[in-house]
Amino acid sequence: MRRRTYQWLYPVVGFVFILAVWQAYVDWSQISKIVLPSPADIVRTSISRYDLLLRETWPTALESIYGFALAVLIGIPMAVAIANSRVLNLSLYPILIAMQSVPKVAVAPIILVWFGLGLQSKLAIAFLVAFFPIVVDTATGLRATPQGLLELARSLKASAWQTFWKVQFPAALPFVFSGAKVAITLAVIGAVIGEFVGSVQGLGNLLLSANSQLNSPLAWAALVWLSVLGIVLFAAVALLERLLIPWASTSSH
Amino acid sequence: MAAASRGQSQSAPEPFGTFRHVRKLFELPGRPDVVAIEDISFDLPDGKLVSLLGPSGCGKTTFLKIVGGLIPASGGIIQIGGTEVREPHEDFGMAFQQPNLMPWRTVLSNVLFPMEIRRESGQSVRRRAQELLNLVGLTEFENAYPSQLSGGMQQRAALCRALVHEPKLLLMDEPFGALDELTRMEMQDLLLEIRSRTEATTMLVTHSIAEAVYLSDIVVVFSKRPAVVADFFEVGLPYPRTTAMRYSPEFTALEHRAGRALGIIR
Repeated sequence: MRRRTYQWLYPVVGFVFILAVWQAYVDWSQISKIVLPSPADIVRTSISRYDLLLRETWPTALESIYGFALAVLIGIPMAVAIANSRVLNLSLYPILIAMQSVPKVAVAPIILVWFGLGLQSKLAIAFLVAFFPIVVDTATGLRATPQGLLELARSLKASAWQTFWKVQFPAALPFVFSGAKVAITLAVIGAVIGEFVGSVQGLGNLLLSANSQLNSPLAWAALVWLSVLGIVLFAAVALLERLLIPWASTSSH
Repeated sequence: MAAASRGQSQSAPEPFGTFRHVRKLFELPGRPDVVAIEDISFDLPDGKLVSLLGPSGCGKTTFLKIVGGLIPASGGIIQIGGTEVREPHEDFGMAFQQPNLMPWRTVLSNVLFPMEIRRESGQSVRRRAQELLNLVGLTEFENAYPSQLSGGMQQRAALCRALVHEPKLLLMDEPFGALDELTRMEMQDLLLEIRSRTEATTMLVTHSIAEAVYLSDIVVVFSKRPAVVADFFEVGLPYPRTTAMRYSPEFTALEHRAGRALGIIR
């Protein structure tokens, strides 16, 4: 019990140590702010320019969330189809794998041509990267239904519909969430890729423009805000997991 | 065929279940077929507890699943209540070696699962589930999740689930096999107590000689695979059974008989 209470201290201590070394190095070496701003510089900029950073956070957050939501809405039904139909499994799975091996950064310019500089193109790229883990993990989960539960359902003459909704799907939920947790962090990356390739707003866009103006502290501050955005979105999905399937976390501890 | 004739010689009313020359082979691609069950014939009298006793892998679980309609036989006659078994039946209840509780449902909700599948709900259904949980001593754990329960408690909840729809035939596949010895003996007494209140005919698979003799009206001993009936005998000890009976000469004699049928005592 004692051990667990203080567990969070370890990463904090490690993090503080790295920041201290970084700060000491910048102070000692008198390295240019453009090459490497100190942690203090980055924090100062994060706070002083917080209105700008916050304004640019919203578009990136929305692009990520919408792309993720679309990946869930399309990915889960597709996983259900794949898991329950041999034909669909055989025909769709190889296409999915092929799609996944196409580098999304390379596809981004094409998507920009299709959807323009606005929200839609970022949403599409975020969707593309978030889609795969959700489909694969959900399909895996649906196929991993414990044999005993399926046998129980059969002994009770449950219909296919009842077996799916009352047994297969709930049993797959932990897998769905582990896919969703990977997907949400990928969605943020997808949104930033989209912004890099072409956009007029967002944290990725801000990072690029600050960089081109040699305003490194602002670029680094944008990076920090991006990381925080990723962590917050991840935590939101993890929280949803704990609320929706509390049984899964109690059994794993 | 001694077993079959013994079953038929009882001039009792029509038996609840009839099994004649039941045979099962598994077809394996690229390999010769495996005969799991050679020839099983016996009668299942109404309201009795019958144990299928046999070595591991002898086909007794396969036989139980055939009776439950979960898998088809390769040949023979399997009749329950006068009709041929082809698929699972509403009047059957099954308990497996693993409790198979759904981790996302509370204990009460797990017990109510069969009723949900039959689209039956309401106060009386709920009350019946709660009575069963009370009978097995799980009232306080109604709203707990399976992961918060010990193995024995989970198996008790699974027993309630198998009984909640008042089945006419209760099929149990080594339900206490995964439990430690003391919990196992407790569960055996619990099963007998539940049985004294419900009339369900029960067929129980076990590989424990003592368990078969202690629980049953009738013991059917299966041979090694491919299974035939090696012996079929009535226990004849009165219910309620007590732990003291386990050490009586009659009990030991029956254990010896089963042991000889299994080929472990010569």
